[in-house]
Amino acid sequence: MNENTNNNRLVEIEGVSKRFVKSLDFAGKIAQKLGANIREEVVRAVDDANIYINRGEVVGLVGESGCGKSTLGRMVAGIMKPTEGIVRYDGKDIYKLEGNEARDTALKTQMIFQDPFASLNPRMRMQDIIGEAAVVHGICTRQNFDEHVDMVLDRCGLDPEFKRRYPHQFSGGQRQRIGIARALSVNPECIVCDESVAALDVSIQAQILNLFMKLREELDLTYLFISHDIGVVEHISDRIIIMYLGRVVESGTTDEIFASPNHPYTQVLLREVPSLETRHHQFKPVDGEIPSPIDPPSGCYFHPRCPHATDRCKQENPKLRDIAPGRTSACHLNDG
Amino acid sequence: MNQGTPTLEVKNLRTYFFTKAGVVRAVDDVSFTVGKGEVLGLVGESGSGKSVTGFSIMGLVDPPGRVVEGEINFNGQNLVTMPEGGWRDLRGNKVAMIFQDPMMTLNPVLRIDTQMMEAITAHDKSIGKEAVRQRCRDALGQVGIPSPDERLKSYPHQFSGGMRQRVAIAIALLNKPDLIIADEPTTALDVTIQAQILFEAQKLAQDTGTSLIWITHDLTVVAGLADKICVMYAGKLVEEGLIDDVLDDPMHPYTRGLIGSVPSHNKRGEPLYQIPGMTPSLIKLPPGCAFRDRCEKAVEGCAEAPPTTTPKEGRVVRCHYPHMGETT
Repeated sequence: MNENTNNNRLVEIEGVSKRFVKSLDFAGKIAQKLGANIREEVVRAVDDANIYINRGEVVGLVGESGCGKSTLGRMVAGIMKPTEGIVRYDGKDIYKLEGNEARDTALKTQMIFQDPFASLNPRMRMQDIIGEAAVVHGICTRQNFDEHVDMVLDRCGLDPEFKRRYPHQFSGGQRQRIGIARALSVNPECIVCDESVAALDVSIQAQILNLFMKLREELDLTYLFISHDIGVVEHISDRIIIMYLGRVVESGTTDEIFASPNHPYTQVLLREVPSLETRHHQFKPVDGEIPSPIDPPSGCYFHPRCPHATDRCKQENPKLRDIAPGRTSACHLNDG
Repeated sequence: MNQGTPTLEVKNLRTYFFTKAGVVRAVDDVSFTVGKGEVLGLVGESGSGKSVTGFSIMGLVDPPGRVVEGEINFNGQNLVTMPEGGWRDLRGNKVAMIFQDPMMTLNPVLRIDTQMMEAITAHDKSIGKEAVRQRCRDALGQVGIPSPDERLKSYPHQFSGGMRQRVAIAIALLNKPDLIIADEPTTALDVTIQAQILFEAQKLAQDTGTSLIWITHDLTVVAGLADKICVMYAGKLVEEGLIDDVLDDPMHPYTRGLIGSVPSHNKRGEPLYQIPGMTPSLIKLPPGCAFRDRCEKAVEGCAEAPPTTTPKEGRVVRCHYPHMGETT
């Protein structure tokens, strides 16, 4: 990579892991001492991830339940400290910053959540949900509070006349817009969308996706778009990252991934994505289930379900490697 | 596809809920047929009445709701006028339902074998215990659950979400029903698990001639699975036809909008079509076409309720001005 491309990186993640440990309680420790077959349970939610997001890019993060995509998103958003590794925003390690700098950097990345019902405080009026953080952080003052809130509401397609209403007075699609408005009110540069359209009806989903794209153009936003819906990710993303059981298995531009998926998991995933064009499709089952992250298989995590698995796959974990410019994949088959 | 009488014939079905706030016409004059081994996709957004249609066929509409009018002919028998005793023989035996949330369908405190065996013995007490067990084992094997013998002894919480849904499907299959109604069965599942469930469903329709009604909001799933599609809006069936016909040449403005708002390969990065406004409340539906407030082509004539028309062979559309031009 030359210097020029590195300067363009807004977010860079280096060797990031997140482990959740369920430690033994007092009784458990005694039982263990006495020879009981129990141990601490460790879940490697994210395992040695290296990804980057360029300025102004929309990166789609795809994977099935439990693959660690939300955890990775939270670490990027600065609300969950990784166990290992570095998360850089604009070249600065966000978990090492202090004081004003830490706060300013944290504001630059905002998050939009999945459930428009659970993510809004039911006892706050819309204007306070949206404007509170802006006042606290000095982005607007008490005097121009209304002005600021109206501007954000207008941008998100909400009627400022309703700003004194409570969340329960809005529909699901409007609530999701409130969530977006809340994120935008502190002038972020980067937005992490965690399954932000998953709970919405098709016609509302289209409205929100269009809003995301409009905001991107107007405000030069960078998105990390987390979703299990590959159709949606394909629609909105410039680049796609695919995760399986806590590990990144493939990344590349949307065109390349869809034209020639490299990793066997990506191939399976894309093959089974239903689309309007495939009619009377003969569905094929995928062998096996996603293993439990508490007790993952040895070697390549995908080998028990992979049709091409060899002995090497059972023993050695394949490293994520460049297979073409801007394209990475973690599979032994690429060694020829 | 259709030989003789269809497995299910729904005629002018109306299911209303009599609430304090007013009468909710959840299903309002819906008619369709499902042939033997046919897969019908019943599509609509939240509140369109698609689930209530399914519940009506199963006789599961609770007060304040009730089927006020219409016929549901299943293998030639009208279910609407059938006494409750008749339902007992039918439900879980000839007609089965799969629900969205597998966590809610299975009893958490009973083992899988208890729940499965009950479904068989409730309808036929003459079979021996070992034969019943064998049928449960076979059903679990059929939906791709490994080592069914051990799994029969497990409790629901010991299964993953996808496995649980497969157990629910296995229970639906136990008595080899003629009709299965699946209400959003894959909505909560991941892509690879969904593929597995769709594979089982498809195999079932093809191998045993079981008819399927697949209720979903996901047009892409229906595109791959169904032979026929019915689109519902605000309690009414707005369009019906063979899957290829409807998806390639949608005639109702709502269907056109719905298809336009689905992200797909050839629309990557472009703005999606937005249906303006939102789904109306069923309590205060305006007279006339329920879609006219959101319809781009609405004219004064739409204030009058549109009749169902058959503008082309095999197509049913409820619109004054169905789209008759070239394909989109």
